[in-house]
Amino acid sequence: MAVELYELTVHELQERLARREISSEEIVKSIFARIHNVEDKVKSFITLTEESALQNAREIDQAGKYTGIAGIPMGLKDIFCTRGVKTTCGSGILSNFVPAYDSTASHRLDEQQAVLVGKLNMDEFAMGSSTENSAFFATHNPWDMERVPGGSSGGSASAVAADEVPFALGTDTGGSIRQPASYCGVVGMKPTYGRVSRWGVIAFASSLDQVGVFSKDVRDNALIMNIISGHDPLDSTSAAIEVPDYTSYLDGDVKGLRIAYPKEYFQQGVDASIKELIKKALLKYEELGAVVEEVSLPHSEYALPAYYLVAPAEASANLARFDGVRYGYRDTEAENVVSMFSESRAQGFGDEVKRRIMLGTYALSSGYYDAYYLKALKVRRLIANDFEKVFRDFDVIVSPTTPTTAFKLGEQSGDPLTIYMNDILTVPINMAGLPGMSIPCGFDQGLPVGMQLIGKAFDEATLFKAAYAFEQNTAYHTMKPALGVK
Amino acid sequence: MSKDYEIVIGLEVHAELKTETKIFCSCSTAFGAEPNTQTCPVCAGFPGMLPVLNEKVVDLAIRTGLALHCEIPELCKFDRKNYFYPDSPKAYQISQFDLPVCVGGYLDIDVNGQKKRIGITRAHMEEDAGKLVHQGDITTTPFSLVDLNRCGVPLLEIVSEPDMRSAQEARAYMEKLRSMLLFAGVSDCKMQEGSLRCDANVSVRPFGQEEFGTRTETKNLNSFRALERAIDYEVKRQIEAIEDGEKIIQETRTWDEEKQLTRSIRSKEEAHDYRYFPEPDLPPLNISREWVQRVRDEMPEMPDQAQVRLVQKYGLPEYDAEIITLTPESLSFFDQCLKDYPDAKTISNWMMGELSRLLNQNNMELGDCKIKPDDLVQMLKAIDDGSISGKMGKTVFEEMFATGKSPAVIIKEKGLVQISDEGSLVPVIEDIINANPKVVEDYKNGKDKAFGFFIGQIMKTTKGQANPAQVNKLLKEKLNSI
Repeated sequence: MAVELYELTVHELQERLARREISSEEIVKSIFARIHNVEDKVKSFITLTEESALQNAREIDQAGKYTGIAGIPMGLKDIFCTRGVKTTCGSGILSNFVPAYDSTASHRLDEQQAVLVGKLNMDEFAMGSSTENSAFFATHNPWDMERVPGGSSGGSASAVAADEVPFALGTDTGGSIRQPASYCGVVGMKPTYGRVSRWGVIAFASSLDQVGVFSKDVRDNALIMNIISGHDPLDSTSAAIEVPDYTSYLDGDVKGLRIAYPKEYFQQGVDASIKELIKKALLKYEELGAVVEEVSLPHSEYALPAYYLVAPAEASANLARFDGVRYGYRDTEAENVVSMFSESRAQGFGDEVKRRIMLGTYALSSGYYDAYYLKALKVRRLIANDFEKVFRDFDVIVSPTTPTTAFKLGEQSGDPLTIYMNDILTVPINMAGLPGMSIPCGFDQGLPVGMQLIGKAFDEATLFKAAYAFEQNTAYHTMKPALGVK
Repeated sequence: MSKDYEIVIGLEVHAELKTETKIFCSCSTAFGAEPNTQTCPVCAGFPGMLPVLNEKVVDLAIRTGLALHCEIPELCKFDRKNYFYPDSPKAYQISQFDLPVCVGGYLDIDVNGQKKRIGITRAHMEEDAGKLVHQGDITTTPFSLVDLNRCGVPLLEIVSEPDMRSAQEARAYMEKLRSMLLFAGVSDCKMQEGSLRCDANVSVRPFGQEEFGTRTETKNLNSFRALERAIDYEVKRQIEAIEDGEKIIQETRTWDEEKQLTRSIRSKEEAHDYRYFPEPDLPPLNISREWVQRVRDEMPEMPDQAQVRLVQKYGLPEYDAEIITLTPESLSFFDQCLKDYPDAKTISNWMMGELSRLLNQNNMELGDCKIKPDDLVQMLKAIDDGSISGKMGKTVFEEMFATGKSPAVIIKEKGLVQISDEGSLVPVIEDIINANPKVVEDYKNGKDKAFGFFIGQIMKTTKGQANPAQVNKLLKEKLNSI
């Protein structure tokens, strides 16, 4: 059976374009044929931009210069502002919002003439782990349509897994790239805080949010990271640290690489089958010449509670601007300005968003600040210290990405605490600002399992190196979902 | 009654810093543009937008700190101050909470010859809010419009210690602060345009009581006069309340300029909980000592330095030097005159006398005055060379003030030529002596009035143009020779 263009990776498409075997228009047409075929079931996209995508592809074909990722389709989580294209952030309050500006990350891809296919579904304001908090509809896991794709970047993960796009951008505040990548069996990279500009990315928790990449394999991820990384004068928290060519680290050589696995990440709550798959992966690394040792990150258990103070606190301020005055949803029946504020927000925001705004407002309130927010900042420092200590002796930390595989739609929607536990293994990495990556490392009852690789600050290169070596020696990344029900 | 109470005042002053562009985006800060023409997605608080600090703002904040003898800590940071209001597009203001750019300075004031040092607690950078436009009164307007031009204009909030003990001292502090900000070149300080604003914290306590009384904060003080009156009103109100056995409520009040009274707008219970927390979009700011030194090197001459110069180099009395250095406009006027006219004291006399009188009379600032330094110099030279009298000078000066014409033109138009030559004056004097033999007799008999009568007659005949000194001399000679 001939391979369809929509099935190919970015680098495979690049090669074929460079050899002029195919055109960008053919790729984009193939992608949309696929989308029209499966989107009813998967529901990855909030907005499709078929017309402009085809037009862009034709223009690129006419110019005939297939450098970089010119002519290659992409999807963007609907949190990235896109000029002239509706950007909802998964929220009713922004259901009519069309930005007049582009995010830096998506702009850098635009400059390279990537072709935007559409905007991807997400939990409202990136708050959630299942994409069920989208104000519009739930997205389905391509490996099992009754299950969630994870979240908050669930649409990005499902679209890549279902071959609706070759790659997509997402954001990760507490696991929102790695957890859905793990659930959907794709590669997800959350770089170091400050590596990719947050300009034009709608903020959830500014000190934790980071832009990253979903892809079908490690090479694609590295080459997209090459494009979006680096200092941006418009984001004062973006780092002026040089970006190496990540693809040059894809040599498969992990001899002597020092890999740590923290015992706290293999304790109760993590499915036995997942622990086993990670242990198996560690054995593979040893086989390849890496040194593997157990370590301790003693403050791990405090990461989640501290995260649920810091992130909601920042969110309570970040989301205060959605007041119906200048853009977005406004209750036009309101009698005065105060009720216009409160009614627009009451009607525009969903329950989880309201819950976190209230949590954050409470944590910052006079008399509680020291006990909650300030304490959480101190815990954050301790967590970062734990990692620093381990990284004095090791190059990479390996753990499961999630405690379980994808759960069923509706299964956890009644209980916020249960759903927060999904992020227990990913949150500490955001709290420490480190790069983290999830790559496929096996299946549990037909559902993908992800392995998390954690690196030193601004050392994404070593993560790519380690991930690539594993990928080269396994075939999990080549597996495709049947898009049915397990 | 009021003499039994000590008044305690602290001021919070917001000065708009003089930058071309806003504090966190590149929009213009120019005053008076069409509504919402100086806005962008950043200052309008659009989703995904991030602040980038304008370093010029930090320069000006440091410069102010140095002018007010503050310490500039090596580390400062920004914080978010959360509150909902339609003029605040992000629903938080980026400000500085616990680590401000300037700490611990002072300002010396002078009230009725009494010098006093007023402590400055801190000064911090923040962004201004937008402006709401109501149709008539805020309580009855059918809708309000929002103008975000001012949103993101850089402000420095300067907080004083509660060191002032009278409305007069508060006014003196405010005037001195304004002058310092003008000298430092950090703000336009136009109170009417809102580029200098002031809130007054006022409390009273019985003399001898150690702890402060409950304070109120009064806003909307748009002039020195409003500041003084609002404090006087507030002091009287508080003392009367205490005397009536009432408790002072900690609250925010506003000055009603029309009714000349303060009224409550917010009690402590209704006060906002601003939920300050560190601004995650801006890294903490490290201010190197080199940075501070560079700003110090760029400092313009401050009034204290100028006073020393005026006294030591030009021999002005200290009082004159203090008055001349009250505003940069005044000092610059003086310095420009001095370039072409060497007599500093004469310049000072005219500035402190006629000029100051006319400005006060017309409720004007020196900056609005039509007289240019060169005009004054030309006029002084005309007096010195005798072409006009000092008295004519006053007429010329008034005309220059009213019309802005040069002294030469005014002298010519008004025919203000002083007659000093003997050839012209002697016949006039002789005519008047001859016509009044009786008065000559009186003069000879030692009646002083007689001399004055002759002077008056001569001046009348010459329409005041006779050179008084010359007339004096010639008249004496003539009378004595009779």
